[in-house]
Amino acid sequence: MFDVKDWIRRAGWVDWFLLALRLLVMAMVGGGFISGLLHPRYGRDEWLSFAAFGLTIGAIYALIALGYTMVYGILRMVNFAHGDVFMTGGYAACFSLVACNRAGLLSSQPLLSLFLAVLGAVTVSALVAVLAERIAYRPFRKGRGLAPLISTLGLSFVLEYSARGMFGAQNRSFPSLPLIDGTVDLLGLVMPKTQLVVMLAAVITMIVLTLVVMRTKIGTAMRAVSEDQDAAILMGINVDRVIVFTFALGGMLAGIAGLLYGLVYKQVYFFMGFFLGVKGFGAAVLGGIGNIPGAMLGGFALGLVESLGPAAFLDGLGVDSPYQLRDGIAYTMLVMVLIFRPRGLLGERLSTARA
Amino acid sequence: MTSHARAVLSNAMAMLATCCFPVLVGLFGQFTNKALILGVIDIGHAMLLGIALGFGVALGREQRGARSLAMAACSGALAGAGLLLLANLAQAANLRWMLVSMNPAVLRQIAFRLPDLEGTALLAISGALASGLGAMLVNLPRLPSRALAGALGGVVLAGLLRELLANMLNGLAGTDDWAFNYDGLLPAGALAAAVLGALACVQPGKARYQALPSIVHRVVSLAVLIFIIALPALTNDFVAQVMMMVCLYILMGMGLNIELGLAGLVDLGFVAFFAVGAYTVAMLTASGGVSLMQLNFFVALPIAILISAVSGFVFGLPVLKVRGDYLAIATLGLGEIIRVLILSDMMKPLLGGAQGIVNVPKPELFGLVLGTPTRLFYLTAMMAGLAGYCAWRLQHSGLGRRWLAVREDEDVAQALGINLVQVKLSAYTMGAAFAGLAGGIFAGMVGSVFPQGFQLLISINVLAILVVGGIGSLPGVVIGAAALIGAPEVLRDLGEYRYLIYGLVVIAVVRLKPDGLSPAAIRHREVP
Repeated sequence: MFDVKDWIRRAGWVDWFLLALRLLVMAMVGGGFISGLLHPRYGRDEWLSFAAFGLTIGAIYALIALGYTMVYGILRMVNFAHGDVFMTGGYAACFSLVACNRAGLLSSQPLLSLFLAVLGAVTVSALVAVLAERIAYRPFRKGRGLAPLISTLGLSFVLEYSARGMFGAQNRSFPSLPLIDGTVDLLGLVMPKTQLVVMLAAVITMIVLTLVVMRTKIGTAMRAVSEDQDAAILMGINVDRVIVFTFALGGMLAGIAGLLYGLVYKQVYFFMGFFLGVKGFGAAVLGGIGNIPGAMLGGFALGLVESLGPAAFLDGLGVDSPYQLRDGIAYTMLVMVLIFRPRGLLGERLSTARA
Repeated sequence: MTSHARAVLSNAMAMLATCCFPVLVGLFGQFTNKALILGVIDIGHAMLLGIALGFGVALGREQRGARSLAMAACSGALAGAGLLLLANLAQAANLRWMLVSMNPAVLRQIAFRLPDLEGTALLAISGALASGLGAMLVNLPRLPSRALAGALGGVVLAGLLRELLANMLNGLAGTDDWAFNYDGLLPAGALAAAVLGALACVQPGKARYQALPSIVHRVVSLAVLIFIIALPALTNDFVAQVMMMVCLYILMGMGLNIELGLAGLVDLGFVAFFAVGAYTVAMLTASGGVSLMQLNFFVALPIAILISAVSGFVFGLPVLKVRGDYLAIATLGLGEIIRVLILSDMMKPLLGGAQGIVNVPKPELFGLVLGTPTRLFYLTAMMAGLAGYCAWRLQHSGLGRRWLAVREDEDVAQALGINLVQVKLSAYTMGAAFAGLAGGIFAGMVGSVFPQGFQLLISINVLAILVVGGIGSLPGVVIGAAALIGAPEVLRDLGEYRYLIYGLVVIAVVRLKPDGLSPAAIRHREVP
């Protein structure tokens, strides 16, 4: 039970400052929300479409977050190049679709070409992720400190600017799929078909991932290594193989995320991985890093807050063009979670308590 | 298949794959019409040969002796022939819709537009020679091997830095018609560079020099320092500009060194303090727009430092209890929040939004306008020297030792009676002050501030400088800044590939020298 008197007795001035900060943010959000309610600017349909878009982009965040969370769960390292693995998946999907289009498959066999795009994205991203492990992680597995962080930052530069050199600096437009164009009427809510497809695909991917992690032998090995690496070695688990598999699995999810991003935004570019990577990491932290269901929840939550937030409370506070501050909301939420609840929404799944 | 054949094949495959990389990303195409040595070899092909050489070295290390030479030559020949085969395949497949650099002209240039048979022979022979040379380097006795490596390094360096070197030599010793001309390095100059490089690596007379009294060493290092400081005045504005950027990053690096190197606080939002300093100076000195008043630069600068320090304090407060990787992400988030706010319409009346603040006057000292890059460089260098002295004193003060204690183990430090709040906040405050100084000078130097100038990239650059130079070491900051900021600026030809090389260099340094190029002495005092 939380003891208020005890807290007051022990609290230093920093604790008071943090309390004030927490109250200030809560007051801003609450005040903005109430003032927004008093002067409603958006109707029910608009709110629903904000939410649908939030869930769509949240699904992509969640898929990226899963890669961070799995790697962190096993190696306790942040893979800053993961966002760029996602970028390679986006390019692979884009070029698979363009190739299908050139071969005429896209119009005659749309489902087959979509399948080929998934295949291309997943393969390329998994390969890049495994390569990243080999180049930027394996040499530093024993060492602590900043070396792995810096080497993945370096790798992130290499991937971004290689993509720029190979595929050009300009945006590449994603071929449009007539199959998923248009809108769909879902119980009175009219939303673009793409968003529905993206959400469904993400949910299916997550179900498959859960099955892999919970039901297969290698998934069990993954969980064992994440629980206690030394004990796992003693049990005869090949840790190297598990780590490579984890990177490949994270890469596959990022590849699917890249494809879905392309479907939503209709374009890919070489720098797209950077900020989505940061957001994906934010989602992983939000849900509790190392925690797989947490990453899924965190992704959707981040997407929702980002897309509902500006309308829900920034408008109420009278901020000019609140959508410019969308990223600001996401980062504020990330920082607040890190400060006040570093274990995330669902709790960190780490065997030893460490910061 | 014997194990040797297998080793040759796998080496050749890896070599081929690595050679494909510069061709694929367009590095080869960018450099194939730029000469390393005029009339002898271009940079693009030198790159490919360098890769072959590197794999030759690897094979030579693996399999010692004369046999490794033959193996490396075979592997190089295979890779050379394979490269041409792949180039022809790529040309036939016509992948330009996907890979923008798969230009038929560039692909043909790989074998110098020769017919297939001759081209294959040429590539195979040159690959074999380069790779064999690599294996030879490892297997030769120490002295000739170092001399050879030094000669190669000297030629490459002189070829890559020809613009800078030509400028310097022209400024110092008149036009050197034999060494450099307008297009690049001449063969005679390459020979001179090779001899110099070999000498630098072999270092004849090193023992005799070291036996000289220490006063001579001091005089020599002082002379080198004076030469470096005098360089911008002797050469041109370009050199001054580059050295000024290096000095700015040295300032920021010293700031982050206090936070990260001494107190162990990873800060990826460091650019925020730089932005605070720059915006403060801009708002206090600029004319018109959103500026508040028109102060003199040197009045505004201390105010900027003060405000940055305060912002460091405020920035540090909420993240006091966050540790490790989480701290990196939390500070990254804070820095991004600041950038988003600066860019937003909400703060536009105050900070100018996306249009930024323009018309920041050049610094003016007693009627002397510091307008040229050379003058600004001396200002920046002076500030950097001053700041370096402060940083050095801080490092060796009681506070510095408390920072180190907190870096090594927070909990133990606290148990020993160190006030964590005070120590950490002082690190954030002082680190921010350094960055604010750099930001203020930056505003005066560029004459305008825009939110786009304060990207996360700057924080990452500063962090990489520290790691590459050696965390916690002041000479490391200087070396890191020169290596990561100065070198890419000087290698102008790189253009858009600058960050690609930057990333590769960072990975290589972290991997080969995990403690940095100039590790801090104090780290070795750690209890294991």
